[in-house]
Amino acid sequence: MEFALSEEQRMLQDTVGRFLAEAAELDVVRKSAEAHEAFSRKIWTGFAELGVAGILVPEEHGGLGLGILEAALMSEMTGRHVAPIPFIGTAVMAPLALAKAGSEAQKASWLPRLASGEVVAGVAVTEVIGAREGAGVTSKGDVLTGSALFVIDGPGADIFIVADTSGSLFLIEAGAQGLERIDLTTIDLTRPVSELRFEGVAAERLPDSSPEIIQQVIDAGRTMIAADTLGAGQMMIEKAVEYAKERKQFNRVIGSFQAVKHLCAEMAAELEPCRSLVWYAGYAQDALPDEGSLMACHAKAHLSEIGRFVARTSTEVHGGMGFTDLVGLHYWFKRIGLDRQLLGGPERVREEAARLQGWAA
Amino acid sequence: MDLAYGAEYETFRQAVKHFTDENRDNVPRPSGTGRPSDDQRKWQELLIKNGYAARTIPTEYGGYGAEPDILKSRIIAEEFTKASLPLGLASQGISMLVPTLLELGTEEQKKQWIEPTLKGEVVWCQGYSEPGSGSDLASLQTKATEDGDDFIINGQKIWTSTAQSSDMIFCLVRTEPDAPKHEGISYLIFSMDTPGIEVRPLMTMTGYAEFNEVFFTDVRVPKSQIVAERGQGWFVANATLKHERGMLGDPNQAGTRLAAIIDLMHEETLSGERLIDNPLFRDRLVQLQARVAAMQFHGMRLLTASAKKEDPGIARLVVKLMGCELNHQLAALAIDALGELGVLYERSPHLRAGGRWQRSYMFDLGLIIGGGTAQIQKNIISERGLGMPREPKPARKEGAA
Repeated sequence: MEFALSEEQRMLQDTVGRFLAEAAELDVVRKSAEAHEAFSRKIWTGFAELGVAGILVPEEHGGLGLGILEAALMSEMTGRHVAPIPFIGTAVMAPLALAKAGSEAQKASWLPRLASGEVVAGVAVTEVIGAREGAGVTSKGDVLTGSALFVIDGPGADIFIVADTSGSLFLIEAGAQGLERIDLTTIDLTRPVSELRFEGVAAERLPDSSPEIIQQVIDAGRTMIAADTLGAGQMMIEKAVEYAKERKQFNRVIGSFQAVKHLCAEMAAELEPCRSLVWYAGYAQDALPDEGSLMACHAKAHLSEIGRFVARTSTEVHGGMGFTDLVGLHYWFKRIGLDRQLLGGPERVREEAARLQGWAA
Repeated sequence: MDLAYGAEYETFRQAVKHFTDENRDNVPRPSGTGRPSDDQRKWQELLIKNGYAARTIPTEYGGYGAEPDILKSRIIAEEFTKASLPLGLASQGISMLVPTLLELGTEEQKKQWIEPTLKGEVVWCQGYSEPGSGSDLASLQTKATEDGDDFIINGQKIWTSTAQSSDMIFCLVRTEPDAPKHEGISYLIFSMDTPGIEVRPLMTMTGYAEFNEVFFTDVRVPKSQIVAERGQGWFVANATLKHERGMLGDPNQAGTRLAAIIDLMHEETLSGERLIDNPLFRDRLVQLQARVAAMQFHGMRLLTASAKKEDPGIARLVVKLMGCELNHQLAALAIDALGELGVLYERSPHLRAGGRWQRSYMFDLGLIIGGGTAQIQKNIISERGLGMPREPKPARKEGAA
C-alpha cells in the first residue's frame, strides 16, 4: 500500500508542467483569450505531441492507456497554467465515453484521432445533471431534437458526444444537418463552452451506452475539474506569496505582516489536503469503482469551495494589483469560477453525494 | 498509488480478526482515574505481545519491534474499531516522551523508562507551559539552579493534564539564565513524588478540571535526569511537540466522530422529520464528510512519506490547524442538529450522549489554542512552509531599559 505518486506519474506531470509553463505563458494565454479563440491550436498541438491528448485512450488505439488519476495530474497542470486547450472534453470525457460505450468501428475511427490531437470533441452532458432554460436532448431512434447547454470544449469541436434524457450517448459530427452551435461567453475566456441546438439531427448511437457509463463520464469530468481548480489554486497561492515577499508598504515587505501571512497560510492549509482528495478520487475511479462516484462528488464540491476561497484571498493579497487586467491574476480567478459551476455546482453535487449514500430520495 | 491489500496483508488482517474474535469478551474496564486500571495494563501487555501496541518500538525497550508498516497499523485500527475493542494506551508518555527518548535519550534512560511507560506502569505529565509563557514558550521562567549534583527547581507550570495521577514529569526549566532564551532551557525528567511539588486542579469552561497547575518549591532533581545536554531543552521539546501536533490532528478521530453524527442524524427528529431528511443539515453533513475524507487521505499521504523517510514539507505543517478545526466543526454540527437538546448539560433530563458534544465543542476550542495556537500554526505554515519573512523585532526605543 502506498499513498503517493509513482516516479513515472511525477515525471509525466513534471514534463507536461514544464511544457505548459513555456508554451502557455501569460502573454500567450492573454492573446488567445482576447481573440476569443476556441482554443490555442499551437499549445494543443504541442500538448498532443507529448502524447497526453491520448492519456486515457487505450494503447491499441494509439493512446497511453493510463488512468483517471494520471489524467487528473494533467488537468492539474492545465489549471495551473490556465491553458486554453480542450483537455477535459477531448482527452478525458469523450475518449472515456467512446472506449466504454462505442462500437469497435467507432473506436477505431475516432480514438486514434482524439489521441493524436487531430480531432477535438465537445461533450454535452449538462442536462443529465440539471437542466437550465428548458434544455435537454430527446432521441427518437437515432434522431436528436432539443438543445444542450454548457457543452464542454464545444467551440472548435469536430465531433460531439451527446447524452439524451433517457440514458444513451450519441456521436455527431460538427457539420451534421440540423445541428446549430452557438458559442457562449463565460467569465473564463480560456475555455469557452457552447450551446447546441438539434432539429432532427441524425446521430450515431454509441451502442453500449447506459446511464452508468454516462455517470462514469461525468465522474471523470468532475474529477478533472477538481484537479483543474487544484492546479489553478496552487498557482494563485504561489503568486500571492511571491507578491507579498516583494511588495513593500510602511517600509516593510507586506509578507512580514501577520495579517497577510495568515491569509497565505490559510490558503495553503485549505488547499494541501485537497491534493490528497483529488488523488484519491482519481485512483478510486481506476481501482475502487464502488467509491468512484462519491469521491468524484466530494472532490468536485470541496475543491469548488476551497477554490473560491483561494481565488478571492489571493486576489486580496495582491491588493489593487490583483484587481487589474495587467497582472492577469483574474485568468485564474475566472477559471476557478467556471470550474465551480460546470457539471454541477457544489450544492447540487453534494445532494448527489447524499443520494449515493441513501440519505436523500 | 496502491491501496490494494495484497495477500500478505489479507493474512495479517485474518490474524488480527482472529485476535479480536478471541478477545471480544476481554474488554478492559477503565479505572475512571488518570491511571490505567489493572485490566487496562493487562490488555496493553497482551496487545504489545501480539504487536498491536508499541508495534514499532524495539524489543530491547519493551516494544514489539516490527518494521514500520502503515498498512498493518491501519488494519489493526480498522479491525479493533470494527470489533469495538480499545486500542493500546495513548498517554502523553507513550506518544510524546517515548519517541523523544528513542530519538535523544541515553541508553540508560531508554532502558529505564520506555518499557514501564509502554506498559502503563509509569504515567507521565508534561511540564511546558507557564502562566507567562504560552505561545512564547521559550520565555519560560521556571528556574533550575545548580547545587552539587542536583538542580533545585522553583517556578510554576500550567495546563498540565493528568498531573495528579502521574508518576513522572518531563519538564522544561531554565538552567542558563544568561544565555539567549532558546539556548538556556534544559529538559528534565523527575518524579512527581519529589518533595516541593504541589498540584492544583484547574477547572475549565467545560465544568471539568482537565488540567492542573503545578507549583515547584525547591524541588531537588539529580543532574543526571536531563535529556540531551544542558541548554538543549528547546530543541528536545520541539522534537516532542512534533509528535504532539501529529496526535492532536489525528484524522481517525474525525472519522469516528463523523460516523456518530451520521447515526445521530438518522435517529433524531425535528417535528417528526429525521435530521438526515432535512436538506440543510444534510448539506452541512456532506460538506464535513468531504473534509474528513480529505484529512484521512492526507494522513495516508503523510504516513507514506514518513515510511519512505521523505519530508512531506508543508503537507505536515497544516495537520494540527486543520485537524483540530475539523473536529470542532463536527461537534458544532452535532449540536446544531440536536438544536435545543444540543445545549443540555450535566445530568439534565433529555440529555444526549452524556453531554459529550457540548463538552467536545468546548474542549476542542482548548485544543485549537493549546499545543501551539491556530495563529502560531499559521506563522509556522507561512514561515517554514511558504518561506515568508518573520515579523520584524520591534525597534528598541532610545533610552528604554
